[in-house]
Amino acid sequence: MSLCLQARQLACERDDRWLFEGLDLDIQSGEIVRIEGPNGSGKTTLLKILSGQLSDYHGELYWNGSLMHEVREHFLANLLYLGHAPGVKAGLSPLENLAWYQALSGEQGTETQREDALSRVGLRGFEDVPAGQLSAGQQRRIALARLTLTPRALWVLDEPFTAIDRHGVAALEAQLVAHASAGGCVLVTTHHELTASPVLRRVQLG
Amino acid sequence: MSSTNATISSPVMPVHDPKGGLLIALNATLKRDMMLMLRRRGEVLNPLVFFALVITLFPIGISPDPELLAVIAPGLLWVAALLAALLSLDSLFRSDYEDGSLEQLLLAPQPLAALGLAKVAVHWLLTGLPLALMAPLLGIMLALPTGSYAVLALSLALGTASLSLIGAIGAALTVGLARGGVLLSLLVLPLYIPVLIFGAGAVQAAIMGDGVTAHLAILGALLAVALMLAPWAIAASLRISING
Repeated sequence: MSLCLQARQLACERDDRWLFEGLDLDIQSGEIVRIEGPNGSGKTTLLKILSGQLSDYHGELYWNGSLMHEVREHFLANLLYLGHAPGVKAGLSPLENLAWYQALSGEQGTETQREDALSRVGLRGFEDVPAGQLSAGQQRRIALARLTLTPRALWVLDEPFTAIDRHGVAALEAQLVAHASAGGCVLVTTHHELTASPVLRRVQLG
Repeated sequence: MSSTNATISSPVMPVHDPKGGLLIALNATLKRDMMLMLRRRGEVLNPLVFFALVITLFPIGISPDPELLAVIAPGLLWVAALLAALLSLDSLFRSDYEDGSLEQLLLAPQPLAALGLAKVAVHWLLTGLPLALMAPLLGIMLALPTGSYAVLALSLALGTASLSLIGAIGAALTVGLARGGVLLSLLVLPLYIPVLIFGAGAVQAAIMGDGVTAHLAILGALLAVALMLAPWAIAASLRISING
């Protein structure tokens, strides 16, 4: 079964203002879709709607041809969403944070897997430091470690490059391209120019 | 419009069915919340200190006369424990809301009601249960007649479980508000009344020498109802708070 997320006649209103109207989107395997637009144009709102978090919108969402709310469990099992807040607990170490995320997806996982994922985002040596003592960029890297740790086909990333250094940005961009060329799909908002992405599609808002 | 993009040669990442693993997720959530609470000892100790302080104030403020205190002790202990439990509720979902974990919890391929229940269980284990175990000690201070200590602890243990469950609905509804504390009390306190009546009633009955089983049975029934309904209400409330 392939992967396909469709939106039909999507519209969303905030404070008597239409953020977007009549939006049709088809997102399929192997694509990187970048949502563009100025601040306040509804990028985050669109990502939240497409990841099934909001319900106050008009239009329909389809996941692999079925209405999204009917196959929500299946959709969530294939979704990895990273929002503005990294979702990292300051009181837990990176390893403990990842262990919880791995368990949420229903796998026990092993310590080695989590250590590997952390070293891949450049956090080797910080495994047992409470996340609250790490920098904003390092905390975001903990969240990004979930990309390799819990493999999901659909990535929805809201400003994933925030607080990441230049080297990390290049690595993450390469990871997005690799994910798309392996048949996954990426939905992303960013103000950063994605240069290395040959399969980039743009959706302009506002 | 983009069907042309997906060429036949391009690889397709397998889309997999939900793995289940609810027990693993529940276990991990319990462990995580326990660990977080135990690392912030202050938050665990706050309700207990509050409970002890409030109970200490009554003999000072009313009268140190043991006979008078013994009459009002069951009600006092219950009201103070209830307020102490309420005090700690505001933080139940707040830190998860602020750091984005709650968003992720809602997106987990697991039933939200069950995960919410795990969080409430941790709250009870680290708030309600210690309050129940501490109450007999404070009972001595209020000259609570002997023979009612076990009933006091048991009624509080049963009762605070219902209080945690009911309170979690309020906490979930107010988590998105900047100052939800007062609103939380207004929402939740009226629902606490039945638990208070039968909880304090059980201790009163033990002092009088009447049977306490009826009171405890009703507390148990209230807990059963709360266990059945509250998880769904908590899940729905969290969804409303996040969508707002």
